[in-house]
Amino acid sequence: MAEPTEVYTSTHVLEYPYSRSVGPVIGAFLTGLREGKIVGIRGENGRVIVPPTEYDPETGAETSGFVDVGPGGVIETWAWVEHPRDDAPRSTPFAWALVRLDGADTALLHVVDAASKDEVTTGARVTAHFLDEGERQGRIQDLCCFQLEETS
Amino acid sequence: MSTAPQPKQGTRPVAIVSFAQAPTQRRIEQANEVELLMPVISEVYAQANMTKDDVDFVCSGSTDYLIGGPFSFVTALDAVGVWPPKRESHVEMDAAWALYESWVQLQEGDLDVALVYGFGKSSLGDLQRILALQLDPYTMAPLWPDQVSLAALQAQAMIDRGLATEEDFAGVASRSRRDAMNNPNAQVANDLDVATLLKEEYIASPLRRHCVPPLSDGAAAMILVAGDRAFDVVDRPAWITGIDHRIEAHAFGVRDLATSPSTTKAAHMAGVGEGDVDVAEIHAPFAHQEILLASALGLSSATTLNPSGGPLAANPLMAGGLIRFGEAANRIMDGTASRAVAHATSGPILQQNLVAVLEAAS
Amino acid sequence: MSDALETQDPVTMLSTPIRLDYDFTAGVAQSRSLRGYAEGRFVGQRCPVCKKVYVPSRGSCPVDAVPTKEEVVLPNTATVTTFCVVNVPFAGQSIEIPYITASILLDGADITFMGLIQGIPADEVRMGLRVEAVWVPKEELGPTLASVKYFQPTGEPDREISTFREHL
Repeated sequence: MAEPTEVYTSTHVLEYPYSRSVGPVIGAFLTGLREGKIVGIRGENGRVIVPPTEYDPETGAETSGFVDVGPGGVIETWAWVEHPRDDAPRSTPFAWALVRLDGADTALLHVVDAASKDEVTTGARVTAHFLDEGERQGRIQDLCCFQLEETS
Repeated sequence: MSTAPQPKQGTRPVAIVSFAQAPTQRRIEQANEVELLMPVISEVYAQANMTKDDVDFVCSGSTDYLIGGPFSFVTALDAVGVWPPKRESHVEMDAAWALYESWVQLQEGDLDVALVYGFGKSSLGDLQRILALQLDPYTMAPLWPDQVSLAALQAQAMIDRGLATEEDFAGVASRSRRDAMNNPNAQVANDLDVATLLKEEYIASPLRRHCVPPLSDGAAAMILVAGDRAFDVVDRPAWITGIDHRIEAHAFGVRDLATSPSTTKAAHMAGVGEGDVDVAEIHAPFAHQEILLASALGLSSATTLNPSGGPLAANPLMAGGLIRFGEAANRIMDGTASRAVAHATSGPILQQNLVAVLEAAS
Repeated sequence: MSDALETQDPVTMLSTPIRLDYDFTAGVAQSRSLRGYAEGRFVGQRCPVCKKVYVPSRGSCPVDAVPTKEEVVLPNTATVTTFCVVNVPFAGQSIEIPYITASILLDGADITFMGLIQGIPADEVRMGLRVEAVWVPKEELGPTLASVKYFQPTGEPDREISTFREHL
């Protein structure tokens, strides 16, 4: 092999300004978020899927019937992030979590806001916290986080 | 005179006869994709005493998001030699699925030799952002969850279920990196005990730094031969006697993350439990996933896991799964194992799982 | 049941912009070609098997699947193998229409690349036209094909199509 050649390197940025047509089912979920609530849909055997999909994600069966769920729920599993990445939804330490909302049979990926890792546990009750009405646009970020419910 | 063992799936025995990989590095700047692949492909041909003219079918695995240019697999074909016109295909999956497609093609009966390769450079872009793009684009990707945090959700679910502890995770990492000291292609190789590893900080709890795979640039290639012709190439071909691929829901909020039913099903279909397994090469990028997958595969403590060091020692995206097949095949070909299991995964949090049993002819 | 669908103004579209940052590397062969542009010359590579010269080269012969290590410096003169007249305005266009984009076969090369033709009316460009590269002033040369401003006619007689049929 010859001696290493000095190779050229270059920064390179790709941007995709995707605008997605959401359809009636995810559209209902996003519309719900804009209104400050969380909407699921009934899948096979009546189980409630959140976020809603046009099909049961496991069986492929058609889903039908929107259901309001939450705003309370339970942490199914979680991961504490002490040093958030620049693109994380939070700039201060937080937990990613799968939250099963009251009335739902599946879990939603989102953020749990807590002062420290010690406050977060599997099974803890949380409540959805939304942006103020005027700031909500019909997107997942309208649900800004889950907050731990006060325990007595 | 040996004869090819009859496979559990399909009608035609297919064997891995040659495998090569580029020494994995954090950043390979001195090579574009073609230059990365050329030496690897030359080596698999040389090992098999073949040329490009012996190959009937070419199949690769890669993803354009890694390089940031469209159709990078098309330009990578410059490394392969496609004239006279070849039969060719590509999967936007780990190259282990290119092996799977090749295996299916070889079942058709009119082709005998396939070249399989995969390449990936994690050093060019921001892997965490790129991998977030495989998530649901409406409700998940806009939050840009990183893969370490998502894997940590799975690790926590295992802990909550009593299936493993953080000490167990450190044990997998300690053993893997120690084994990697004997693997010249490994990127992270060291001898650190569990107590030392447990002092590391969390990236996303419960995953500490040692539970997370390195960012890697790399490539791998392999030659498959159908029928007894494989014995002409190598003394002990690694016969694929069982192979199966199963998937689970893309939305991991509907799954039980502490288990891997798709792996269990694929292992059953491939016949993993129908004999002793000397060696298993498991595509478990995160330490806890080796524990989860070994259990899902139904392996006993008698099986040696990831003697190469596994993905914790080197994790070139899109080639890492094929490397598991290659490392397992090498153990058959070099005579240190007579029955091995190879596993590859793809998709968010072990969504897709491919399992094969590799055997020497009796 | 939810009344989400009964709203007067349901959400139908979602904007999901994606930005990805890369630190690209050109590798060895392409870097040699790029360095050539910075020096005001074309640098290709020859296949050791079929002897074909690729410019720019990606480091391999796509036919023979072998590394192309021998460097070849090519002249500025070339033949137009084929071309098209661009009449359609598009965003970011920096040249007045109509203009000519041509497949350029450098003398001694076995592969064409795209180049701009200037110095001749659009309706006079033809297959086989002899052209030469016009480089940007020395102080503006850089590791980019933009170092070649355009190709212009040399005035030599046209080449017969049979001499470059293989490269069409």
